[in-house]
Amino acid sequence: MFQKILIANRGEIACRVIDTCRRMGVATVAVFSDADRAARHVAMADEAVHLGGPAPSDSYLRGDAIIEAARTTGAQAIHPGYGFLSENPDFVQAVEAAGLVFIGPSTRAIRAMGLKDAAKALMEKAGVPVVPGYHGENQDPADLEAEAGRIGYPVLIKAVAGGGGKGMRRVDDARDFADALASAQSEARNAFGNPSVLIEKYILQPRHIEVQVFGDGHRAVHLFERDCSLQRRHQKVIEEAPAPGMPPEIRKVMGAAAVRAAEAIGYKGAGTIEFIVDGSDGLREDGFWFMEMNTRLQVEHPVTEAITGIDLVEWQLRVASGEPLPARQEDLQITGHAFEARLYAEDVPAGFLPATGRLAHLAFPDWARIETGVRQDDTISPWYDPMIAKIVTHGPTRAVALRALETALVDTEVAGAVTNLDFLIALTRHDGFRNGQVDTGLIARDLDDLIAAAEPDPRARALAVIGLAGLADPAVKGGATLWQPLRRTISWDGGDALIEVLGPGAARVTLDGTPHEVRWQGERWWVDDTLRRNRIVRHSAGVSVFGGRTVTLVPLDPLARDAVAGGEALTLSPMPGLVKSVHVEAGQQVKAGDRLAMLEAMKMEHSLTAARDGVVAEVLAAAGDQVEAGAPLIRLEEEETA
Amino acid sequence: MKLTSNALTNSDTFRANRKAHLDLLQIAQEAALAAASGGGAKAMERHVGRGKMPPRERVANLLDPGSPFLEIGATAAHGLYDDAAPGAGVIAGVGRVHGQDVMVVANDATVKGGTYYPMTVKKHLRAQEIAEQCNLPCVYLVDSGGANLPNQDEVFPDRDHFGRIFYNQAQMSAKGIPQIAVVMGSCTAGGAYVPAMSDVTIIVRNQGTIFLAGPPLVKAATGEVVTAEDLGGGDVHTRLSGVADYLAEDDAHALAQARRAIGNLNRRLPDSVVWQSPELPAYDPDEILGVVPADLRTPYDIREVIARTVDGSRFDEFKARFGETLVTGFAHVEGCPVGIVANNGVLFSEAAQKGAHFIELCSQRSIPLVFLQNITGFMVGRKYENEGIARNGAKMVTAVATTSVPKITMLVGGSFGAGNYGMAGRAYSPRFLWTWPNSRISVMGGEQAAGVLATVKRDGIERTGGSWSAEDEAEFKRPTIEMFDRQSHPLYASARLWDDGIIDPRKTRDVLALSLRASLNAPIEPTRFGVFRM
Repeated sequence: MFQKILIANRGEIACRVIDTCRRMGVATVAVFSDADRAARHVAMADEAVHLGGPAPSDSYLRGDAIIEAARTTGAQAIHPGYGFLSENPDFVQAVEAAGLVFIGPSTRAIRAMGLKDAAKALMEKAGVPVVPGYHGENQDPADLEAEAGRIGYPVLIKAVAGGGGKGMRRVDDARDFADALASAQSEARNAFGNPSVLIEKYILQPRHIEVQVFGDGHRAVHLFERDCSLQRRHQKVIEEAPAPGMPPEIRKVMGAAAVRAAEAIGYKGAGTIEFIVDGSDGLREDGFWFMEMNTRLQVEHPVTEAITGIDLVEWQLRVASGEPLPARQEDLQITGHAFEARLYAEDVPAGFLPATGRLAHLAFPDWARIETGVRQDDTISPWYDPMIAKIVTHGPTRAVALRALETALVDTEVAGAVTNLDFLIALTRHDGFRNGQVDTGLIARDLDDLIAAAEPDPRARALAVIGLAGLADPAVKGGATLWQPLRRTISWDGGDALIEVLGPGAARVTLDGTPHEVRWQGERWWVDDTLRRNRIVRHSAGVSVFGGRTVTLVPLDPLARDAVAGGEALTLSPMPGLVKSVHVEAGQQVKAGDRLAMLEAMKMEHSLTAARDGVVAEVLAAAGDQVEAGAPLIRLEEEETA
Repeated sequence: MKLTSNALTNSDTFRANRKAHLDLLQIAQEAALAAASGGGAKAMERHVGRGKMPPRERVANLLDPGSPFLEIGATAAHGLYDDAAPGAGVIAGVGRVHGQDVMVVANDATVKGGTYYPMTVKKHLRAQEIAEQCNLPCVYLVDSGGANLPNQDEVFPDRDHFGRIFYNQAQMSAKGIPQIAVVMGSCTAGGAYVPAMSDVTIIVRNQGTIFLAGPPLVKAATGEVVTAEDLGGGDVHTRLSGVADYLAEDDAHALAQARRAIGNLNRRLPDSVVWQSPELPAYDPDEILGVVPADLRTPYDIREVIARTVDGSRFDEFKARFGETLVTGFAHVEGCPVGIVANNGVLFSEAAQKGAHFIELCSQRSIPLVFLQNITGFMVGRKYENEGIARNGAKMVTAVATTSVPKITMLVGGSFGAGNYGMAGRAYSPRFLWTWPNSRISVMGGEQAAGVLATVKRDGIERTGGSWSAEDEAEFKRPTIEMFDRQSHPLYASARLWDDGIIDPRKTRDVLALSLRASLNAPIEPTRFGVFRM
């Protein structure tokens, strides 16, 4: 076993690897960027080495610096975590060339799986089913129809140059194929100037099921499947293991296929074979197809650990240090059911925009497994994935594990950054999901309801007002008045309410014209005679009410009145992002709607335009700047007031 | 030491008492709520339409959320000036800002433009008197047209008239009691001196004005035509004249600035008494309404009230076996040590001596005094005069008058004759004087007064050989009895600020606690008693 390893990653996965290392008596070396000097993974490690600037290309993607750090600190192996350099064969080669052990598969295996088409061919050869389709040059309608027949209906005709649904047709019956093809081709020609199409098997109710495999370079086992169908735009939201509705015989067939795939490339370490599965008519032996293999530890690996009782990182270290596979297939079995929810700093109603912020308050239930790379008062920076934590629950049955997940989420407390917590809670309460009817389209279909269900209710807001007024601490006794309560305004960023203290532990909060009676009684909060599970927490960013739907109210400084003026003269960054370009300079005359700058965020470019006619007074950001939401970018000169 | 109540809370008497008290309470409450609504809906609409906050909300937004508000003179001017000045057109009371007790005086501009009626002046001065005695910072929320001109003879010339407001400001400022003014409306003529005489002044832009003479008077005097804002608005006074120090955008902003000003005062409560952790009474204060007889003439044990007022209902009764018509002893109210002096019948020589003794003890120990006043007077008659009840009564009056510890008086029943003096009536400057809705105050009972007058008259008639029928005598006595009845009513008394307000008897403990805490903002000076007539 290694004596010391370096973890070439950050965040929760670095912390999670350190946890296992500590248990195994392996010393750890963390690496960090400028943005992560005070990060949790650095604090947890035995040693830490600085890599460079906050951009990943200046730090966590600098293979040379990482290898140098391992050499300097005497680490014998490098654990890549996931993301960053974890699936970079050149890095693996460099690590091995430096005489260090890469905790993961070989360069060859990574390369074999890195090219999707080649990987599919390889899998087909190994007898693993792949999604039937036709990607050929021949565009003869009759030949295409024959291919469609071979693939089996329903099929999807897609423009090769396509996107946005243009030139796409679903065909359920051979009789309709010719017409559909003609219209798809004509649409593709008009839209893209290229009429070429491809044909794929249309999967009615696609599910994403993946099989965890583990190899030692010779032999491989599978650790059963995970269902990651709950996705939004290919981002996994909640994962579970095992897959709901998975018959043991199909599990066996899929597991065997996955093991064949791993053994076909002499796989070493933890890997995942992703399948697309047709869930329209139950899970069938002929209803799953290989998509790709991830040659690393997956984000969602804890659900597999929960049902198998195996520490996958421990296995990674043992196999990498030369031990054979720690278990045989027949030793492995499933116990119960597990869920993982990914808690992100993101603005769900605004379209799941990634968010940043300082975590003014952060607390998790102590009975659930929490994987996190941040602590209270840490900052979610715009530089990296805005994940706050993974919340993992395990139970004897799926229903129990899911209820436990719901409770764990309700008991999770985050303030200082907007999160998807309420959305996750809404998902755990979704009837279809509860019944195990999962598919990759579920979230998109029910998005509006899920977001609406996450909206805070006025009673929780009434409690937040109590907190903002400084009356949440039960020791704070409302003062007596002689004949009638005083009616006071409580303001926060975005609203206000009236509050009347009626007596010790009792107040009336009027929100949007509706009065709510709030009482502290029997060590619990009651609103309108209803017992609340809420907790009111004051923190550096304001007041939050937790327990269901988080409400955070940020106090307004009633003295800060001058800042309001001149707002429209400033163009602010609407979200955290990278300034791609600035199109104006000081002194330039602009008209309302003129493009002032381009911002790149969420892999999309956003054009920032002038709110009114005016003269540019100052350019406050330059191309290449990473900016926070609300950062001023361009200032126009004050308007002449008549 | 814990008092044991003998009250039967499910008895008919208890229920009857309770109902009678609730009826009396309702009258007081209606008067208080009517006063709180100020100049009425229409005037309020105009006021709010100008972008101003309602006066009570100004007070609320100045104070901490959840702050107590010990309002004084809530029903001042009730029944006076044809009820044209509800609450005397000014709101006053003690509340908390950043945990610091302050006296707030807020003009109610919905009442005749916030002009000063005689009772307005009296209430304003009373608030200042409390502030000065209790060392409380003063915040004046000014929105007033100045003296009420039709009443100028009763508000301007005398010692305790308008000018005294500014005299008090100067005196308090000299004593280091902060004076803060927030100009939220007019401050015309004499009123201009409220902000001008303050240590710190805040003014609301396009709303507050300060000038010695408004635009109409300026035009009449010199022909100059000028707008109110240019003459004495916020911009002028914060930029040019220096009459005000901070410029606010609106009421909310101004109140936030006032809160900040108070937050920066750097004051703390003096360490005068040893506080204990507060404890609720063992008996529910709500039961006060049932244990106290509705009829003043029915005797009852005042300990039933004490048991429902003090922490844990614990009472260390002093000299319980001597002078039993006066109950004295030590207790705590919301953690504050107090010496209680309570009537339990007419005062005899022994009781008066005991009272003087007990006040001496409290004075030595710097323990605040609470008087529960329910007194028909000192005992009369040859035996008592001859043994020197006036001498013994004078001892108690001397002790009450000259002790330096804070005194809080609660009028829980009758307040008649010299008993009023011995039990820290208004003339004896208790820090606060509160009254229950069932109380009565007059020099003697109406029946007795009419009897005295009738006896004199009958003697006169009979001396000249005439005769006076019983019917004629009754007819003669009736107006006197009626007059006393009317004038001894608590609403009549409170309207004239003979007390600081009527309270709900169930809030006795809360009101005492707040009064004590306010009083303890001032350090307790050592007492120098006058000569006791031995």
